[in-house]
Amino acid sequence: MSDAYILQQLINGLVLGSLYALIAVGFTMIYGIVRLINFAHGDILMVGAFSAFAILSVFGFPLWSAIVAVLTLGAILAMMIDLVAFRPQRAAPQVNGFITSLGVSILIQNLAILLLSGQPRPFNLPGWMRGNVHVPGVRVTVLDVTIVLITLAILIALMLFVQRTRLGAAMRATAENPLAASLMGIRINRAIATAFGVGGALAAVAGVFWAGRAGQIEPLMGFVPGLKAFVAAVIGGVGSLPGAVLGGFLLGFAEVLFVGLLPPAYGAYRDAFVFGLLILVLLVLPNGLLGRPAEERA
Amino acid sequence: MLTLDAVEVWRGPSLVLSDVSLRVEAGEIVALLGANGAGKTSTLLTVSGHLRPRSGRIRLDIDGKAHDLASLPPPEIVALGVAHCPEGRQIFGGMTVLENLRLGAYLRRDGAVRADLDRMMSLFPVLAERRGGLAGRLSGGEQMMLAIARALMSRPRLLLLDEPSLGLAPQLVEQIFDVIAEIRGAGTTVLLVEQNAAMALDVADRAYVLETGEVQLSGDAHELAGDPRVREAYLGLAPEGTAGP
Repeated sequence: MSDAYILQQLINGLVLGSLYALIAVGFTMIYGIVRLINFAHGDILMVGAFSAFAILSVFGFPLWSAIVAVLTLGAILAMMIDLVAFRPQRAAPQVNGFITSLGVSILIQNLAILLLSGQPRPFNLPGWMRGNVHVPGVRVTVLDVTIVLITLAILIALMLFVQRTRLGAAMRATAENPLAASLMGIRINRAIATAFGVGGALAAVAGVFWAGRAGQIEPLMGFVPGLKAFVAAVIGGVGSLPGAVLGGFLLGFAEVLFVGLLPPAYGAYRDAFVFGLLILVLLVLPNGLLGRPAEERA
Repeated sequence: MLTLDAVEVWRGPSLVLSDVSLRVEAGEIVALLGANGAGKTSTLLTVSGHLRPRSGRIRLDIDGKAHDLASLPPPEIVALGVAHCPEGRQIFGGMTVLENLRLGAYLRRDGAVRADLDRMMSLFPVLAERRGGLAGRLSGGEQMMLAIARALMSRPRLLLLDEPSLGLAPQLVEQIFDVIAEIRGAGTTVLLVEQNAAMALDVADRAYVLETGEVQLSGDAHELAGDPRVREAYLGLAPEGTAGP
């Protein structure tokens, strides 16, 4: 096994991990603030990919405008879902929200099939995105580099937002203790909507990247990345932002190394491997890598 | 300053306040006494907008203007100058002491927040020592100090204080009640819910006794402290007892 081969796998892991981290961060923020496992999160990724498809292929706008539009659309869609589906039952038991999110997911998927057809469509980013960056021995596209750099920039901006801004503090306070946050004068629903909006924006932009790598889009494309990002969030410790990032990258590397180092016949088991890994981590660390035990949360 | 008039409140299927009328004048400390489940905490939650009355009125008079609290969302009630220091402290345990205090001033846009932080640090020296530490690591008494300081960071005109002595050592309880007297001395009106009726009646000007969601008794704190019904039910003393200070 050559050094170049290993380097190639590491790069692949970094790119895949970036995508998982982008999606997992939204999962964990939403869970952290409303204790909701939002299964519709992955479908926002699909909507992001289809929106980018329309903007790029149908209208022919430049890529940067597609990214900005998709961030905005993802945020609006996620906040709408919160407003319509989750907010009316904020006081209901957790399981209600969970089932609702499954319903929202199925609704979005079927609407997409109905309106856009279930057939996969080719999704082509501009040619320069698909060109190679010159690194000897390995194959890295401009898209791969873009994914990693934009993800890092987004994650740093997100950490600063959550740690340093007034709205970020309001979100953390609400996540920790909604009643106390309300007593401080924080508008709880606005803090929750912010978490949904940020999470939705990141999932939607991850959708554009995901589609760019896959080269095609279809209405059910959000399911598997959504599920795996959920696994990443749980491995990292659901509710913990750094945990989601760590879990995303770990899962990306683990999955790529599993596929890359074992004989090709095992490649088909990559999803089974991911969930096996989840079970293993939870057996040893029930709260994930960076999660806090439930009783420590006020 | 605060007037509750025939307030009736339901929590889901159960009636928690059936008929509560009370009055708090500016500059007073008013104690709200009663057994567990009498509706003391529910009364405070209703004033701060976290429970909604089914009927009755809640009026806040500030600077000659009357506000109907029953129709305002909690952030606007905080903005009017009502701070609620809740039962069980409810500090943000995963955040630092300083972050907790800053959140207390969440709605303030004035430049004096920093000066108020310093004021809290000198009022509660223990918070100054632990300012960068996680609030969840503080002892129970320190957390209570933090909860009070956090409430004061909003510069309230009216402080709703729920069970500040709960679970604290007697020495700390004395300290907390000294602080309550100081808060009033600084011009903040206090509505105090307490299990420790003796301490509460000692610091308060007037008091109300709640029983199953209704006001049973009310009056001057010293007179109530001598009332046989109060002595028996809440002070643990014999009705006609003459012992004690």
